[in-house]
Amino acid sequence: MKRPAKRIEKVFHGIFLGCGLLSVFFVVGISAYLIISGVPAIKEIGLVEFMLGQLWSPSQGQFGILPFILTSLYGTAGAILIGIPLGLLAALFLSKYAGPKTSRIIRSSVELLAGIPSVVYGLVGMIVLVPAVQNAFSLSSGATLLAAIIVLAIMILPYIVNVSATALDAVPQEYEEGSLALGATRTETYFKVSLLTARSGIAAGIVQGVGRALGEAMAIIMVAGNVANMPHIFGSVRFLTTAIVGEMSYASYGSLHRDALFSIGLILFILIVLINVVLNLIVRKEEK
Amino acid sequence: MKAFEVSELSLWYGNYRALHDISIDIPRNNVTALIGPSGCGKSTFLKTLNRMQDLCKTVRIEGEVLFEGEDIYDPKADVNKIRKDVGMVFQKANPFPMSIYDNVAYGPRIHGTRAKKELDQIVEESLRRAALWEEAKDRLGKSALGLSGGQQQRLCIARALAVKPKVLLLDESTSALDPISTGQIEELVGTLKKDYTVIMVTHNMQQAVRVSDYAAFFLLGDLIESAPTEKLFGNPERPETADYVHGLFG
Repeated sequence: MKRPAKRIEKVFHGIFLGCGLLSVFFVVGISAYLIISGVPAIKEIGLVEFMLGQLWSPSQGQFGILPFILTSLYGTAGAILIGIPLGLLAALFLSKYAGPKTSRIIRSSVELLAGIPSVVYGLVGMIVLVPAVQNAFSLSSGATLLAAIIVLAIMILPYIVNVSATALDAVPQEYEEGSLALGATRTETYFKVSLLTARSGIAAGIVQGVGRALGEAMAIIMVAGNVANMPHIFGSVRFLTTAIVGEMSYASYGSLHRDALFSIGLILFILIVLINVVLNLIVRKEEK
Repeated sequence: MKAFEVSELSLWYGNYRALHDISIDIPRNNVTALIGPSGCGKSTFLKTLNRMQDLCKTVRIEGEVLFEGEDIYDPKADVNKIRKDVGMVFQKANPFPMSIYDNVAYGPRIHGTRAKKELDQIVEESLRRAALWEEAKDRLGKSALGLSGGQQQRLCIARALAVKPKVLLLDESTSALDPISTGQIEELVGTLKKDYTVIMVTHNMQQAVRVSDYAAFFLLGDLIESAPTEKLFGNPERPETADYVHGLFG
């Protein structure tokens, strides 16, 4: 009896180990592939010229991606700046003010919002938001960094709301009672004690949102105008992601142009890893 | 002088009646102990005195609670002012996840004190009163969660004192502590009654005898008897009180 049981244990152990290793294999594989395919073009163009060059014009042999890098950073920062206050206030409402029924209905619609494919966000943005931005600011085209920021902000909202609301739900009631017993109002209590207590959970939601915003391509390619300008809030812009998506189909095979797109992928990858590491370090330090 | 004059106070949780027509006067600058077996309503009663019962949505209260002559259940009464005047320390120490300093300064800041100097002074004075200053003065900036259980409870007392209350409600505040910490807090309560009215719920009858001047015995939502502690324990009028203080049930 003992032996077969042990053997089955071993087999399952092997299967679980294999599944675990598989994801490690993919991460390592993708990283290696990005480095192998991304480095040659950077070598040929020169790292400084590639990263800090302001002109992207493959037909003229100009491969500066600074406009894309800055656009991605500004776009993400803008989306986060809009998303954090909106998301936190929504999370506070769901967790502390709303009745159970209201809370349940809104929470499920927020989850639905997270499940909408990004191309749908892009479509709605293109049809509704772009003309609205154009009219509101009397621009020749509403396809701008501003439109992209708004779309990104809406896309990351569910992450911030869901994760923050869960973190706020988990705040021990004793903390809030302690604050109320000192004569603080409910609002003071939620802002000064509950948010503070939930901060690491909230930060996790923000990290997720940042990752999503930086990596998004489909939704913003439809609203950002897609011109390789240095970023301007009312100008048409191209992100790191949209540069790859937009040009890969017509960059001829084996050309420096095509290789440079892989290099953009590598830079985007490094950027996301860096930002994640930095944000996680900040969160950990806060926790101590 | 009376701190509280309670008359005909009844309380329901939904359909369950937890307090029956409680009438009691609580004297100022004394320690009053509320005793009785679990579920007798003593904690429930305590929480009516600073309107913390309001947090329970199904609660319904009838009767009158006068605090320094004012009806605290008057619809126009300022709940936050009442809770500032009637401080509370809970059964389980609940310091906020912030520094020791910020914990004590929390209340004064909420009530509008901003000046650093003034806050420093309040923090030191409150910690001294709570007999925690010597242990905490070198680590004011450190997280309050690093303190021991007894220290955390004294920090909660300091935090309550920092808003300059008139009354301090202690809800079984030593029940989770070791004997040494309990002794420190009992000693502290003895010194606090000079300046504050203290009302404490306790399971521990020796503690009630050691610390309190007056005692009130609750049973199944009724106030059976209230009297000076010596009399309640030495020569109770009601047989239920006698049975309880002699340890016959509980």
